[in-house]
Amino acid sequence: MSATGIGAAVRRKEDQRFITGKGHYTDDVSRPGQTFAYFVRSPHAHAKLHSIDVKAAAAMPGILAVLTGQDLAGDKIGNLICGWMIHSKDGSPMKMAPHPALAATKVCYVGDPVAVVIAETLAQAKDAAEKIAVDYEVLSAVTDPAKAKSAAQIHDVAPKNTIYEWHLGDSKATDAALAAAKHITRIDLTNNRLVPNAMEPRAALAEYDSGTDSLTLWNTSQNPHVARLVISAFVGMAPEHKLRVIAPDVGGGFGSKIFIYPEEVVCLWAARRVGRPVKWTSDRSEAFLADAHGRDHVTHAEMAFDGDGKITALKVKTIANLGGYMSTFSSSVPTYLYATLLSGQYAIPNIYCEVDAVYTNTVPVDAYRGAGRPEATFVVERLVEVGARELGLDPAELRKRNFIKSFPHQTPVIMAYDAGDYLASLKKAMELADVKGFGRRKRDAARHGKLRGLGYSTYIEACGIAPSQAVGSLGAGVGLWESAEVRVNPTGSVEVLTGCHQHGQGHETTFAQLVSERLGISIDQVSIVHGDTDKVQFGMGTYGSRSGAVGMSAIVKALDKVEAKAKKIAAHVMEAAEGDIEFRDGKFTVAGTDKSMAFGEVALAAYVGHKFPTQEIEPGLKEGAFYDPTNFTFPAGCHICEIEIDQETGETEVVSWTAVDDFGTLINPMIVEGQVHGGIAQGVGQAMIEQTVYDKDGQLLSGSYMDYAMPRAHNFPAFKVDTTETKCPSNPLGIKGCGEAGAIAAPAAVMNAITDALGTEKIEMPATSMAVWRALQTMNRNQVAAE
Amino acid sequence: MYAFKFERPTTVRQAVNLLAKNEEGKLLAGGHSLIPVMKLRLASPSVLIDLSKVEGLSGVEVTPRSVVIGAMTKHKDVANSKELQAVMPGLAAVPGSIGDPHVRQVGTIGGSLANNDPNADYPAATLGLGATIITSKRKIPADAYFKGMFETALEPDEIITKVSFPIAKKAAYQKFKHPASGFALVGVFVSKRGSEIRVAVTGAGANGVFRVPSFEEALKKRFSPKSLEGLTHTAAGLNSDIHASAEYRAHLIGVMARRAVAAANEKGGAED
Amino acid sequence: MLPVSMTVNGKAVTATVDPRTLLVQYLRDNLRLTGTHVGCDTSQCGACVVHVDGAARKSCTMFAWQAEGAKVTTIEGVANGEKLHPMQEAFREHHGLQCGYCTPGMIMSAIDMVNRKGNDLDDNTIRHELEGNLCRCTGYHNIVKAISAGARAMKG
Repeated sequence: MSATGIGAAVRRKEDQRFITGKGHYTDDVSRPGQTFAYFVRSPHAHAKLHSIDVKAAAAMPGILAVLTGQDLAGDKIGNLICGWMIHSKDGSPMKMAPHPALAATKVCYVGDPVAVVIAETLAQAKDAAEKIAVDYEVLSAVTDPAKAKSAAQIHDVAPKNTIYEWHLGDSKATDAALAAAKHITRIDLTNNRLVPNAMEPRAALAEYDSGTDSLTLWNTSQNPHVARLVISAFVGMAPEHKLRVIAPDVGGGFGSKIFIYPEEVVCLWAARRVGRPVKWTSDRSEAFLADAHGRDHVTHAEMAFDGDGKITALKVKTIANLGGYMSTFSSSVPTYLYATLLSGQYAIPNIYCEVDAVYTNTVPVDAYRGAGRPEATFVVERLVEVGARELGLDPAELRKRNFIKSFPHQTPVIMAYDAGDYLASLKKAMELADVKGFGRRKRDAARHGKLRGLGYSTYIEACGIAPSQAVGSLGAGVGLWESAEVRVNPTGSVEVLTGCHQHGQGHETTFAQLVSERLGISIDQVSIVHGDTDKVQFGMGTYGSRSGAVGMSAIVKALDKVEAKAKKIAAHVMEAAEGDIEFRDGKFTVAGTDKSMAFGEVALAAYVGHKFPTQEIEPGLKEGAFYDPTNFTFPAGCHICEIEIDQETGETEVVSWTAVDDFGTLINPMIVEGQVHGGIAQGVGQAMIEQTVYDKDGQLLSGSYMDYAMPRAHNFPAFKVDTTETKCPSNPLGIKGCGEAGAIAAPAAVMNAITDALGTEKIEMPATSMAVWRALQTMNRNQVAAE
Repeated sequence: MYAFKFERPTTVRQAVNLLAKNEEGKLLAGGHSLIPVMKLRLASPSVLIDLSKVEGLSGVEVTPRSVVIGAMTKHKDVANSKELQAVMPGLAAVPGSIGDPHVRQVGTIGGSLANNDPNADYPAATLGLGATIITSKRKIPADAYFKGMFETALEPDEIITKVSFPIAKKAAYQKFKHPASGFALVGVFVSKRGSEIRVAVTGAGANGVFRVPSFEEALKKRFSPKSLEGLTHTAAGLNSDIHASAEYRAHLIGVMARRAVAAANEKGGAED
Repeated sequence: MLPVSMTVNGKAVTATVDPRTLLVQYLRDNLRLTGTHVGCDTSQCGACVVHVDGAARKSCTMFAWQAEGAKVTTIEGVANGEKLHPMQEAFREHHGLQCGYCTPGMIMSAIDMVNRKGNDLDDNTIRHELEGNLCRCTGYHNIVKAISAGARAMKG
């Protein structure tokens, strides 16, 4: 392993600009003559929109335009779309309602934009917005997915507010196995709704160039090419080649910046209308109302066991809230990203899952770190833990009995696991967490009036999203390959253009490590270029822990081509047979001789073109590649959480966290650990403090950091993080992906620990101090009643 | 934010005159309560009267019987005052629990008391010690000062200049933090000064800070957490929101009160 | 409109601004010092922390005119020329950042923490002192490590 190659904990190249304040985020970009957009948003969750009077606003100082949904329709700007078709059990397609970027006839959630003011200054835009009179006819609203079917219909296309009633698996076989079971564990779960809260609020800056009739959009996107495709092909803003999308430094995404949002569409449209650049930067309060939220499932699940504690069946019924409109990938999250992972790490012969997706009068719900997989893990891992308690078995033992032990393993829910060693990660985690010493720690805690609990989560996820044909057959509107281009410069330095996008993952370092390893050059000689549709060949962006497994695999393919061509050139220059050229440690050598050329010398030779036949071998050294994975990857691992509960107040503290994950090959263990830490924090946040609450009228009660509890440093102990390794066989580097694991594993580990300490399963996420206190009260009352 | 004018008086007299002249005027101290609501357009003062240049409003002065804190004294300066820590650590702990380090660099006691946020910490200490609020016009006993949520006895042209806290032999504050905002979900300040016992609660009451006579009576017999065992506070009239129901707040009042008494006994010397 | 003068990162600056202008807006929009960020509107996230006369302040919760005559230091001003401040170096060394958005505020807060609390900071102290700084990427683990190491390195 070289100092900067694969497996080295290289310090990040991108950090220099971030630690010196030289990062370049969307709101840091300013264009000459730029104007400011302010959105007028519906204060009602559900209302007919009768009219909007903009006259007074338009006459205010500094106002360039006040635009409404009627104007948008008049200019034939198309609707936003959901790009993944799901069919119901009965074969009918999902009920996708029109989603205009500015509502024209009705509003479907508090925050639904109805008009935009474009002004010389933001203060002027806000002043004018207050003069806009909107005539609403308020309708009754629904926010609870469990009540959506019986509520007032939100969209004409969707009777009973039902988008689809989908299923996966064998219903009959699963019911038969349940009927024959020795024991059935039943559970009702809420997977609580979350607000993503990347620290950089979303932003968009659009500029129109009338000379070339082209548009440029700077925005906070995890996938600028997909944004361009949707805004061009579906919204119809401009032909694809007349629209440039640049996503510069992006301050965190966690899924919420994958989607194509109304605001960026409106800024582009407005920039062309007013002939000046238009900038919009979300306030945090606005972000709570306008960013796609995550999770929001209500689930009933049953797990069947035989007499040996073997799982024989799993049956799951979930209602998924997709909000007021279908966001870009929303339909896929509670279906193919969820039910396909319900086998967990276990050999479960029969699985059947039904998912009803519903509209409610809430902001759209879409992928958030883990997207469907945390929800699946939560169902499986809660059931296994509760099952063990009911059967009187040690939860680790029950898991061991049911682990999949041979690979490949075909689950009953589509996925074919390719490699893993679940026992290894469980054992290592148990040692690291000192599970043996837990009894002593529990007694010690009791002496201080604390209840201590321990919870496991042996999770699995499907990453490396995704084989294009496979997802195509499941309804995806796009392929999920990745592209790469390796440009070798005459001096031997290298630029890698990737369709992935980094917003915290450290690609500028890890991707450079790959190049350094393969070409034997310093990582300082490598630049990673991403996030600009004018520079980079089409790419699919970064989400679903795909950049290593898919994006780096594309780079490997391009590097293979670079090496092959360089060998040909080196052979000519050194007057040897191509087959005799060996490439190692940055040197091309003629086998069995001392003749060699450094990589940089071959690069120069390639561009000079003096010493090889340019009719046969083109000059230059630049290769591109598209890589389409052949399977998903299956990161898996074991997280163990210990918590202590203050019995008087219900206050619960995470006192210990152990994570042992199998991500396959690690490119940079330092960065991998960082990804795990962040994921755990988000998962713990979900399990313990983050609650998104709408009142019955659809007003968001947790709409700022005054009410939405964000995890802070004092909410956590130091994490113990380690890995095991089984290589992923389906990609050249053996990478599985690490970006979401923590968020997938953590909620179940926390809730298993809390319910272990409490001795009751009757508590939902988030297990706030009040929720834990209430559970304790109920326990105490029951105890008194029993006595 | 709406447009405003600002003034920077250098004396209390000038500040009072500016307040009298501008009905929609607002005093600016640390600004961490006022500026955020102005940004959200929830407040629109016509004139901001910045008190930072007014002389003589800062400082912690310890006398044999009282601690006098200037209205513009920052939370960090009260928390870090060695003199105060020596005579009444329970009071010094209060500003140390407010907000975060950045807020404590600028937030002031006068600002906190004039604002009287129902979840703020200083009102509990002020009422819990029976302090006196000294203004540009008069002295107001704490019992007569707090008038409800964001309401005080201050007149429109009256400015807090200092707050005088009697030194209690035993005093402590226990705070159960709001998980999002860091304000008090429930905060209880207890004190024992001779035979006078006070228990003041913030964060819980729909009308802001209040005393708990039943707890005070019980503690008069014996200033010990044991005296409060079995006593409960009613949930009636308490706040209920997504973080804490009235019942939970009522329960926390009991827990925090017992813990505060225990802490007061620990820090303030032997139980007497 | 009114004139405001202060010293930012050692340089005297003067501008005419609307009284509503927050210090963070003045730094970002007028001086184009975009390293100071805005992550919330309720004064909680700490992405905007700068030093005003040596103390950490949330620049989103003070007006530019409140810094009249003050010495303001932003993330752009903490390095000594090419030589990074030990706290900046520690954040890189310990992977104390991912997306980088909260980082300037974290580093400014960390330096202030050391100025107030000294060079030997235990983890518990650091975690509680970070009450006013939110990060969504790192889970804080490496930020705590970075501040602990940076604090020691600041001893010089």
